[in-house]
Amino acid sequence: MPSDSAGTGADSPTIIELSPEEARRVDAEGSAVGPERKADKLLQVRGLSTHFFTPDGVVQAVDDVSFDVDYGETLGLVGESGCGKSVTALSVARLVPNPPGRIIAGEILFDGVNVLKLSDDNMRRLRGKEIGFIFQDPLTSLNPTLTIGYQIAETVREHLGLSRKAAEDRVVELLAKVGIPRPKERLKDYPFHFSGGMRQRVMIAIALSCDPKLILADEPTTALDVTIQAQILELIQRLSDEFHTAVLMITHDLGIAAGMCDRVNVMYAGRIVETGTVDQLFEEPKMPYSWGLLDSLPRIDDLRGDRLRTIEGLPPLLISPPDACRFAPRCSFARDICRTDEPELTSRTTEDHLARCWGTEPGGWIS
Amino acid sequence: MTATAGARTTLRPHDPDNLVEVDDLKVHFPIRSGLFKTVKGTVKAVDGVTFEVRRGETLGLVGESGCGKSTIGRAMIRLREPTAGTVRFDGVDLTSLKSGALRRMRRRMQIIFQDPYGSLDPRMTVGSIVSEPIETHRLAKGAAKKERVAELLRLVGLDPKYVKRYPHEFSGGQRQRIGVARALAVEPEFIVCDEPISALDVSIQAQVLNLLTDLRSRLGLTYLFVAHDLSVVKHISDRVAVMYLGKVVEVGPPDQLYAAPGHPYTRALLSAVPVPDPVSERKRKRVILKGDVPSPVNPPPGCRFHTRCWLYERLGKPENCRTIDPPLETIDGQHRAACHYAAEALKTDVGVAHLEHVQVRRGTPDAALALLEAGKADAVTEAEVAAAAPAADTGAVVS
Repeated sequence: MPSDSAGTGADSPTIIELSPEEARRVDAEGSAVGPERKADKLLQVRGLSTHFFTPDGVVQAVDDVSFDVDYGETLGLVGESGCGKSVTALSVARLVPNPPGRIIAGEILFDGVNVLKLSDDNMRRLRGKEIGFIFQDPLTSLNPTLTIGYQIAETVREHLGLSRKAAEDRVVELLAKVGIPRPKERLKDYPFHFSGGMRQRVMIAIALSCDPKLILADEPTTALDVTIQAQILELIQRLSDEFHTAVLMITHDLGIAAGMCDRVNVMYAGRIVETGTVDQLFEEPKMPYSWGLLDSLPRIDDLRGDRLRTIEGLPPLLISPPDACRFAPRCSFARDICRTDEPELTSRTTEDHLARCWGTEPGGWIS
Repeated sequence: MTATAGARTTLRPHDPDNLVEVDDLKVHFPIRSGLFKTVKGTVKAVDGVTFEVRRGETLGLVGESGCGKSTIGRAMIRLREPTAGTVRFDGVDLTSLKSGALRRMRRRMQIIFQDPYGSLDPRMTVGSIVSEPIETHRLAKGAAKKERVAELLRLVGLDPKYVKRYPHEFSGGQRQRIGVARALAVEPEFIVCDEPISALDVSIQAQVLNLLTDLRSRLGLTYLFVAHDLSVVKHISDRVAVMYLGKVVEVGPPDQLYAAPGHPYTRALLSAVPVPDPVSERKRKRVILKGDVPSPVNPPPGCRFHTRCWLYERLGKPENCRTIDPPLETIDGQHRAACHYAAEALKTDVGVAHLEHVQVRRGTPDAALALLEAGKADAVTEAEVAAAAPAADTGAVVS
């Protein structure tokens, strides 16, 4: 379908080709949805800082983080616990627990809308409808006292205003789509009737129920076994392709990032320290922390008893971190400048491969 | 009952090369319910397993949750009572030992648990946690005991000045080191490592893995390394045993087992492991196993894997898979698999095709490593700093 037949809104600066699925969706939903693209990028995060005000001091969990997610793209946020990857995702959905957390600076544009300026009601409309969520632990994120059918129907009735009957049909369709056998019979089942993998499928069904533009997937398979993980990852990949849904994939598993993501942000101590396409990051990483993460992984091609190169020490406390490279205390390549000045994210192999490191900057001491 | 290889009447003779010998081990848990707690069924967590751990080797035990791998680890040091079968440690049948003799035997075998938070008593100091086994086994007293605790802490990479601290003051990786020090306190020969790094972050995992590798060679330890992560197991093990639903389905040296798995389940597992390499990830064809692992209360008849087996489907659902439980049979040397059609599995490249192309691509580039070797990485000359950070230098004038 040519895109202009679907019509583009006045606020859209460019005319964009619609993929067949997009065209189908626009046709199905009419002008209520309007043009698919309302902005240059689906998600633009600029200078985001989310701090937690604790009795011990201000924890700078996310500090001056900027990144984009394009329509239909899968962006990975990788890093170890406490690096700020989950808080970044929660900030995007304005779900940071307040108190103690607060977004103290930055701008989040979702599909052209400034999320931080939305009223609570409008924000609620955005969550669930435009932004879907898949969390790590499907047992605690589903309500144990409500049936699966009710919990999915709740979302579609709330956001899409469907009748009870239409909602039920939609739920059955969704459950079938995420691979739950005999979906009609499972509507009256409770979460405890489902295994971990099946519960995560239900979560995915809820996340997809309103055709969101973005899915925030926070360690979606960490609690699952490896063969079930493979099923769930395949499902997320297939459905996000089919619906052209963008995914912000938060994971500590570099293998998952390598297999699922188009681009990857590496986070350390509240900051993005490297960003690039998945190939750039795995083939030519340009930041000693990224090197350390890759070195730390035992590989399927290792020989027995090989010592792994490790990152010594622990991540810093994020209460008043020094104005210096936050990785410097653990970096074998650090020099004086690293301990006194913080490097900016600057481009490396290409314009969109950025790293935050004095040593690997052009002319730096690490080639 | 279907015929199994484990159904043996006489015990194999003790081989002095083997530190632990497990024969037809079964661990069943009764399911009780109702007012009178009548037994409604049995969870067959471990259902007829035979293997051995040789002196000085590390045997990796992998499988998904509920396959019985942790239960085996515990039964091997008699933290769980086996329902049937024997476990012999250095030729002595543990199941026959009375409490005093068992306690003396326990000195020679220890366990490191997965959860570095739950496995240390929060009200005990590090010093008392590590010295408790020394006291229990009356190995040292007074100053000698203190010195031994300090030595153990140094051995696992902790500063002995922390003896008075409590577990909550330590990070997960440091707590796991405390758990290792406690296990080493009685100078054991055999350690069951039960998912020792699963709860830790990647960079900390590597530190603990290196520690376990170092200790093994320094102290001549024998490990049973229980884990769900196939890469970790390959890294540390001399031999790997793969479990599915209470049975060992394949065992062998990692080079053979990972390159040419004889069991379709091993192939499915390997196909599912994410590889930190986008090129091989794109080549990967996942074997998507249908559904979940069946319940160990009612394991499927015949081969337990046949209900989810891709090879069974491919071969047109042969009958013997449904009726006869396949025994472990030799493929090549020490490599054994329990599949009627192991030869067919070996003809395919399912599950391993993408791994053949994995290059040894490490994080730190060679040039940077060379810099470290030369010891120049952090040596600073002003010219280099100026070259590295012209912007910063022009901004702030250093006197």
